[in-house]
Amino acid sequence: MSVLEIKDLHVSVQTDQGVKQILRGVNLTINEGEIHAIMGPNGSGKSTLAYTIAGHPKYHVESGSILLDGAEVLTMTVDQRARAGLFLAMQYPVEIPGVTVTNFLRTAKTAIDGEAPAIRTWIKDVRGAMTNLRMDKSFAERNVNEGFSGGEKKRNEILQLELLKPKFAILDETDSGLDVDALKIVSEGVNRAKENTGLGLLLITHYTRILRYIHPDFVHVFVNGRIAEQGGPELADRLEDEGYDRFLVPEIVN
Amino acid sequence: MSVAPALKTTPTPGGSTLPESTTQHGNKAHTDGRFGYVPVQTRSDRFKSVNVADFDAVTGREAVWKLSPVAKFTDLTAGELDGAVYPISSEPVDGVTVDWVDRTDARIGTAGTPEERAAANAWSTFEKALAITVSGEEAKEITVTRAELGTGARAAHVIIEAKPFSQATVILQNNGDARLSENVEIILGESSNLTVVSVQEWNSGAVHLTNHFASVGKDARLKHVVVSLGGSIVRVNPSVRLAGSGSDTLLLGLYFADAGQHLEQQVYVFHDAPHSRSRVTYKGALQGQDARTVWIGDVLIGNKAAGTDSYEQNRNLVLSEGTRADSIPNLEIETGDIVGAGHASATGRFDDEQLFYLQSRGITEEEARRLVVRGFLTEVIQQIGSPALETRLQDAIEAELLSSDSLPAAVTPAVEAR
Repeated sequence: MSVLEIKDLHVSVQTDQGVKQILRGVNLTINEGEIHAIMGPNGSGKSTLAYTIAGHPKYHVESGSILLDGAEVLTMTVDQRARAGLFLAMQYPVEIPGVTVTNFLRTAKTAIDGEAPAIRTWIKDVRGAMTNLRMDKSFAERNVNEGFSGGEKKRNEILQLELLKPKFAILDETDSGLDVDALKIVSEGVNRAKENTGLGLLLITHYTRILRYIHPDFVHVFVNGRIAEQGGPELADRLEDEGYDRFLVPEIVN
Repeated sequence: MSVAPALKTTPTPGGSTLPESTTQHGNKAHTDGRFGYVPVQTRSDRFKSVNVADFDAVTGREAVWKLSPVAKFTDLTAGELDGAVYPISSEPVDGVTVDWVDRTDARIGTAGTPEERAAANAWSTFEKALAITVSGEEAKEITVTRAELGTGARAAHVIIEAKPFSQATVILQNNGDARLSENVEIILGESSNLTVVSVQEWNSGAVHLTNHFASVGKDARLKHVVVSLGGSIVRVNPSVRLAGSGSDTLLLGLYFADAGQHLEQQVYVFHDAPHSRSRVTYKGALQGQDARTVWIGDVLIGNKAAGTDSYEQNRNLVLSEGTRADSIPNLEIETGDIVGAGHASATGRFDDEQLFYLQSRGITEEEARRLVVRGFLTEVIQQIGSPALETRLQDAIEAELLSSDSLPAAVTPAVEAR
């Protein structure tokens, strides 16, 4: 039974105006097979949490700890974290000119597994996953994310999620910029991945829309760099009705 | 031409700029005082001649030479060249003839005229021209290899002609030693479709100065690719005149400069007919102490070129300290009635976001860097259109990357490390 624990995490970034504190003591435990939604207004630090877990060098961890099955994630390099079983589906996936999707997927799978995948089953797995995500065959020979529409980029992220089979995945605003059909396809992919591998999910979103298709076990409201309130799925419904206004008066936050 | 090149100026101690006196043929200093000095205003107005005696001795201050290590090849600019026929090898291909023709061949001089002394020196000296003539509408590919030029200073002249409506890919493969100055004339008949790839994989001491002059006829399409990997000093200057209405050119370049290597390309596209289209993409990587690249991209949209569509770009990826990349795009427009004209240039280190993305998928930093460089250069290779050559060049790039033990450690990402 895998577990991802975030303990009293404080994170800052360097800006032109000096050091800016973003995360101010985040505590969160995700067990294998659980879906946690993190919701919050813009600028509350949701994406910072996602990128800090993945190890983006821009974010400076001042204190705290991230443990994956008891092992300290913060001392791992970005690629070590991925090989340990963490995956970040990015809000703005990066274009890699000259590197085809096929080449990229095979390289990543080889890196994660420590050995090259058996060629026949791998091709079948890739084709199957692409078909499920309604991705045309031609995607395989296109350069990674180059000229992809917003929806295609998000599908490509979920394709990797399904093929790389992480223990825990963080989905950073995967719903943003998707029309309703694409949202359904992407959500099906996430649900399929969870069904197949039993991974734990941290779903970061501004809107409740995606929660109609991916049902969270827990909802955390993120305000001003920490969790201001948490509860079950009913909390999302309340946010849908009331918005984030009641959290935005600083005095009320803890 | 009665005007002096723009860069023939010398700063005086007083701070003003004076024209340097010149004895260049037909290029006398004005007598009406220094204020009458007018630099070359238009790219097409540069002094041209096939006769080496018409050019002054090269000083390195000339516009065409100012970024080149001219002292290292005075034998090519000022010495006597061997203009004799040299060994070539190629497999026979239907629809392509390869032969040596006399200086009196009617095609010689139809695609362009030298604008500098090394090219004129070669033009004055070559005994026979290598002529590659393409006919027939079916697609075909020929590789002509030169690998036995030796270490003596040499002149060469090559003609590549595509007859009207013909189609082919012509690969000039260069290996071995060389001290070579040459002119290549590329002549595209009406509606022909020609790809010319010039691959420089010379030995490490080689010096190669070449000008490719192309004239593209009505509705014809030229794809021109420069691949420079090996050699000490390699300077390939393609100059394309879109001479016929509806003519089209794609100019691609790929270069990888290692320590001490000088790889240069001065690209010039002259839109001289309506509805002509050009795209220029040159990409280079630099690695090692004193690795040096130069890219100058001139586009001139002439007053006859209504409906022109033009875009040029140069990208350089700097992989280590101690390198220098010059990138100079120039655009001149003489008619406002165009579809588009633009240029872009960027020289930088690794894109840290690309590395982060790849690493976040479990790929090690070293492998991620290789993928990014390979991908950066592959973007050009993917457009060549010759599968066998593309595979071979991929392998050559791979070898360049693997030979570089400095690659993983040399560049520290420009981001705050934890």
